[in-house]
Amino acid sequence: MLNAVEISNLTVKYPEVVALDDVSFVIEQGDFLGIIGPNGAGKSTLFDSMLGLNTTYTGTIKFFDEDIKKSKTYHQEIGYVPQKPEFESNFPATVSDVVRMGLRKKSDDNKVDEILQQLMLHELRDRRIGALSGGQLQRVFIAKALVHDPKILILDEPNTGVDQQSINLFFGILKELNSKQGITIIWSSHDLDAVNKLANHVACLNRTLFFHGESEKFFSDDDLVKQYSEASMQEHMHHH
Amino acid sequence: MSFEILTYGFMHRAIIAGSVIAILCSVMGLFLVLRRYSLFGDALAHSSFGGIALGLFAGIYPLWTAYGVSIVSALIITKVKTRYNISGDASIAVLLSSGIAAGLVIISFSGGFTLDIFSFLFGSILLVSVDDTIAIVALAGAILMIILLLFRQILYSTFNEKQAKVSGIPVEKINYLLIILAGLTVVTSIQLVGVLLISALFVIPNVTAIMYGRSFKQTMLISMSFSVFSVVAGILISYVFDITPAGTIVLFSVAILAVTMGIKSSGLLSKS
Repeated sequence: MLNAVEISNLTVKYPEVVALDDVSFVIEQGDFLGIIGPNGAGKSTLFDSMLGLNTTYTGTIKFFDEDIKKSKTYHQEIGYVPQKPEFESNFPATVSDVVRMGLRKKSDDNKVDEILQQLMLHELRDRRIGALSGGQLQRVFIAKALVHDPKILILDEPNTGVDQQSINLFFGILKELNSKQGITIIWSSHDLDAVNKLANHVACLNRTLFFHGESEKFFSDDDLVKQYSEASMQEHMHHH
Repeated sequence: MSFEILTYGFMHRAIIAGSVIAILCSVMGLFLVLRRYSLFGDALAHSSFGGIALGLFAGIYPLWTAYGVSIVSALIITKVKTRYNISGDASIAVLLSSGIAAGLVIISFSGGFTLDIFSFLFGSILLVSVDDTIAIVALAGAILMIILLLFRQILYSTFNEKQAKVSGIPVEKINYLLIILAGLTVVTSIQLVGVLLISALFVIPNVTAIMYGRSFKQTMLISMSFSVFSVVAGILISYVFDITPAGTIVLFSVAILAVTMGIKSSGLLSKS
């Protein structure tokens, strides 16, 4: 079976810091990978590089064995859910307008209805998007990311600032996408408990990759968890 | 009011050309307003004023030189904005004033203001010829066709550039294309309301429509309707009362905006 993602010797240097230092790992198809690490650990840099937004890296990133710097079609395979759904608050678009933006071909229009049903957004389809709650918006952005049938879903710390009920619904959706539809999920998160519950693999990043493997292994290793928590705590203090 | 004015050939041309321009400016303006580029049309119009002056001075059909200058300015403003990290409003201000300044200098070389210059500054919709009307309809049709073909890409990159990029949309190219099309739109529209009032056609109907519309297409259609209504009503009323069409058109659309704001603050218009 092809690997979904293969990252080899990924290094990103900014003028002042090395954001990522020789990071290599493989994500298999069907994995649910939680990427954890303190603020400034390079998670965003890693995502930007995978998404084609940062091309100033050395090393290679492959999706389904295709180098993303050479491939023109790899965008087809990815759905991306940003950290915050950013848009002009008075943007005149309905829920279905926004989901439709995620389509690659116009002919797939009935996919929009399908995905709205699946994410329980059908009743909101004609609602203007500025009028939605945080949790509803998050589902709209997942729907937009999924409407073109990607094989990989990438989520950037998506559960910040949303109420508990929405978070549970959201986690349920992720789990179902992964287990029933076989979508590979790459999810960066601050929430260790949630990662423990959902992800079957964990990558722990702090400029270098200091752990990558099954989540059971990570969470049963107290030293690793402690090390992570301390690093994250230090970073937290540092930021204040 | 007599209906006789509706039988005049110049009135037919004015209404046809005016309505087509109204539709074009609405569509283009909606994207610009949502990208926070509201004054961009104004800057392009003012810089094309320099182009018009150049054409009149050199004895070339002034709208041709205006097209050239407008496209070049559109590209410069985009480049300057990204390369030198100057904010959008500041770069627009620079472009706006340099266009007018260049125009004024060229005009003074060629012996001062003429009737031609005034008609470009304030519009001359009642004077459009058959050829002008055909050119306006053809060009507007071509621009609208390009927008229609690339609708999803333009809309998505207007909504959120980063996410559009991740979807594989060539956002930079789309941005350049949109700006070039905006330049072409501005010059095509100069005959309707003139250099000084063009941005009104870009901005006012769209600001109004955003308050009514729910979906994007609905908003676009509402904006077009308000715009066409203002243009046609403005042309007819201005003719009857012998006042300036450009000013009347813009005041009509301002009135629609004012009424909309009134309705909205009275709570009759909800957004959801």
